[in-house]
Amino acid sequence: MIFTALVVFLGGTIWTIVYSFTNSKLLPRLRFVGLDQYDRLWSTPRWLASIENLFIYGILSLILSLLIGFILAALLDQKIRFEDTFRTIFLYPFALSFIVTGLVWQWLLNPDFGVQSVVRSLGWDSFTFNPLYDQRIVIYGLLIAGLWQGTGLVMCLMLAGLRGIDEDIWKAARVDGIPMWKTYLFIVVPMMRPVFITTLVIIASGIVRLYDLVVAQTSGGPGHASEVPAKYVYDYMFAAQNLGQGFAASTMMLLSVVIVVVPWAYLEFGGRDRRV
Amino acid sequence: MKILKALLAGSAMLLCGGSVASATDLEVTHWWTSGGESAAVAEFAKAFNATGNHWVDGAIAGGGNTARPVFVSRITGGDPMGATMFNQGRQAEELVEAGLMRDLTDIATKEKWSEVIRPKSLYDGCTVDGKVYCVPVNIHSWQWLWLSHKAFEDAGVPVPTNWDEFVAAAPALEKAGKIPLALGRQAWQTTGAFNVLIPAIAGKETYLKVYRDHDAEVAAGPEIAKVFKAADEARKLAAKSNVQDWNQATNLVITGQAGGQIMGDWAQGEFQVAGQVAGKDYSCLPGLGVNALISVGGDAFYFPKLSDPEKSKAQEVLASTMLNPKTQVAFNLKKGSVPVRGDVDLAAANDCMKKGLQILADGNTIPDPPKLNTEDTNNQLNDLFVEFFSTPSMTPEDAQKRYAEIIASAD
Amino acid sequence: MSNPATLAVTAAGADAAAGMMSDPRGARPRKILSRRNIFIYGTLTVVALYYLLPLYVMVVTSLKGMPEIRVGNVFAPPLEITFEPWVKAWAKACTGLNCDGLSRGFWNSVRITVPSVIISIAIASINGYALANWRFKGANLFFTILIVGAFIPYQVMIYPVVIILRELGVYGTLTGLVIVHTIFGMPINTLLFRNYFASVPEELFKAARVDGAGFWGIYFRIMMPMSLPIFVVAMIIQVTGIWNDFLFGVVYTKPETYPMTVQLNNIVNSVQGVKEYNVNMAATIITGLVPLLVYFISGKLFVRGIAAGAVKG
Repeated sequence: MIFTALVVFLGGTIWTIVYSFTNSKLLPRLRFVGLDQYDRLWSTPRWLASIENLFIYGILSLILSLLIGFILAALLDQKIRFEDTFRTIFLYPFALSFIVTGLVWQWLLNPDFGVQSVVRSLGWDSFTFNPLYDQRIVIYGLLIAGLWQGTGLVMCLMLAGLRGIDEDIWKAARVDGIPMWKTYLFIVVPMMRPVFITTLVIIASGIVRLYDLVVAQTSGGPGHASEVPAKYVYDYMFAAQNLGQGFAASTMMLLSVVIVVVPWAYLEFGGRDRRV
Repeated sequence: MKILKALLAGSAMLLCGGSVASATDLEVTHWWTSGGESAAVAEFAKAFNATGNHWVDGAIAGGGNTARPVFVSRITGGDPMGATMFNQGRQAEELVEAGLMRDLTDIATKEKWSEVIRPKSLYDGCTVDGKVYCVPVNIHSWQWLWLSHKAFEDAGVPVPTNWDEFVAAAPALEKAGKIPLALGRQAWQTTGAFNVLIPAIAGKETYLKVYRDHDAEVAAGPEIAKVFKAADEARKLAAKSNVQDWNQATNLVITGQAGGQIMGDWAQGEFQVAGQVAGKDYSCLPGLGVNALISVGGDAFYFPKLSDPEKSKAQEVLASTMLNPKTQVAFNLKKGSVPVRGDVDLAAANDCMKKGLQILADGNTIPDPPKLNTEDTNNQLNDLFVEFFSTPSMTPEDAQKRYAEIIASAD
Repeated sequence: MSNPATLAVTAAGADAAAGMMSDPRGARPRKILSRRNIFIYGTLTVVALYYLLPLYVMVVTSLKGMPEIRVGNVFAPPLEITFEPWVKAWAKACTGLNCDGLSRGFWNSVRITVPSVIISIAIASINGYALANWRFKGANLFFTILIVGAFIPYQVMIYPVVIILRELGVYGTLTGLVIVHTIFGMPINTLLFRNYFASVPEELFKAARVDGAGFWGIYFRIMMPMSLPIFVVAMIIQVTGIWNDFLFGVVYTKPETYPMTVQLNNIVNSVQGVKEYNVNMAATIITGLVPLLVYFISGKLFVRGIAAGAVKG
């Protein structure tokens, strides 16, 4: 097992990094060209657009899913009726694949049949909401679908965190007459810091890999408005028959994940090995 | 019923002990999934099955850019199919060099391919160092403008006879609620449209200088600047065309929702499936009606090296079936393309195909970009044009600058 | 597997999540029709509608005929219910000359998912057990690799894995894909099991050793029987993750062995004439059905599974 892990994960990663310094085209070949592939990568408009798109998507997705997830969890945590029902509804999209998610939202946002045409048919003729074919807002079309699929998970994690807060804290806050929103903001949220960090890492590493959703919903278009790095990697590795370029791009993806994950892993596992 | 059949088939195979009976299954991969294309592929399958073998269809949807990676990783991954399609040209170059493809020279000499295949450039496209590695099956050309008679009637203007008239008629079409130019949003279609505009606007010489000689100066020069201006017009006419696949765009033309589409002659297959008649329901303008030049490209089948002798034999049968005069005619009539043999009967060809044949006979041809550029270069062009056609704020000047850079770095 | 879901289980013990099933602990409710209640239920209901809307639209679209889709709006219920799109999506939709719909992909997905789930869980549980209860050489290194492995973008590994599969001679086969899923499912599930086993009282383990039980003895007689919940959780994660996988399916298989997600994407993108939205939506629902069923049947365990360990125990 250790061997397999070593060969596949470590070996594979190193292999990819090594070949990113070659000019491999259709087949991997060890003809080193130094940093050429990286030079080209960072001067390619599509790659830069991909990074920018992912950045916008990522920041918004992080903030909104944390915010919405937390608010939903807090609402569910008010000793309400039908908690199970609501939770089931919020979480079910999470069981569906990104391909399914992308196709459903592609249909819902279709300008001729979906939301736009329905609102227009209600009498608001000038209503325009066409996130699949409008470059400026296509990324929000993806975001709507991504949030639909993923906020349920965040809500679940947050709810677990809220349930981990001692009842006495609430009692004490009430006795002191602190308003509820203040209790949440200044007492509960800081106490849930570990949950937030873990959730953040989980969402972030999912965002870096964003691929299926884009392929199914927009195919990266219109233009480059919804291209993402993972798609660049795939397209250049296989469609453009330029492995070296694809490897260079995937190495950059790896780098970004390492930057996010390593500090977290250190915090999470570093100091408190139990038995190992 | 299906399950039952599968079970029966399975048990039959067990009984035979896995040994192959007389019929050999040969998996053939391709990316022909539209209505016209499927009908054409069915002709190949029919002819091949008639030889006592069995065509196992491996269609992959979503166009060449989706399908080629799958083909390549299967061949390099050591699980080759029996035969696979590529566009004629450099797409399979490295696979041949790496010795993964089968040498077909023997059968080619036996059946005199070098004599029957025309134009000769198609045969040459399949040879590497004097050895034959693929079977060209059709001649496709990109340089066509397809026009919907219904759309122009509705708009009350005559059907244009060249690109300039088409552009001039656009406002009337728009007024009638039509999309002047249908254009699928996939990258290869935008590049294709631009590559069609080059010979039509700037002429054959410029086209060759840019793509064959990779002359960056010409690519940055005034002739190509004119092409970019035309492309700028084209993207404005296509601004409302919200479809992805090429055949969805063709469908807009067929149904009269759009005035025209720049697309290769394979679009003809769609008009045929829809029961439309050339000259009556739709028109075709080769070379956009400006410069009657067509590119000679097409699809070709490659045969990966296989270890199973039964299958290798079946590969030979398939190769010669594909070039069989009868199969050639049946296939190409459905596909909308021109047969690669000059010695076949094309009485059944329609108006558009006859126009194409005439140009071909006159020798007014140019090579196809996939023959001249590597896929890497073509992909970079795709990246540029998909952005250009969907980003109104990108000026033609900026786009041309990037275009010249790509051409300069091409090998 | 490219689902971030599966990553949710990397942190501490699964036991902590059990806490969320206990009573809510927020502020106490007051009157039934207070402004506060109206606000809470109102918000939740509106949000719930947003979440349900796509499912509703999928279902109604899949029950309409094409003419009705062309004129109507997506939200309108079908005037005339037809099951034709479902039949077509399952058995007749074409990609090229293959017109057997999603049915082939369905059985492929079953044949990929079942062995992958069983093997990966078996391996991961033993790994986790070894990591949590036995000090062995290289354990730290192994653990570090697993953590990195859990977060590595798969794009980095695509090509090396092509080579590994070729060397093993299983490229394009279902076996190959099962191996890939087993390997890529290993980091997350190993961490999950490790954290669960680490929360088992050490005394139990020590007592068993004193009684002379060995590595396997302890695993089969003590650890496994008391870890049923975590096995269920891992199973749910793996079933949904593998079923929903697209990237591995598209890269490492061929048309005969395509899983359902890949075939779905193929069918939706094979347009002959006009797009048949009703068939597409039926196909989409059929593809989503298995993970949805797992989700609804396993209910609270699913919730526990994905929340497992996110909260420190």
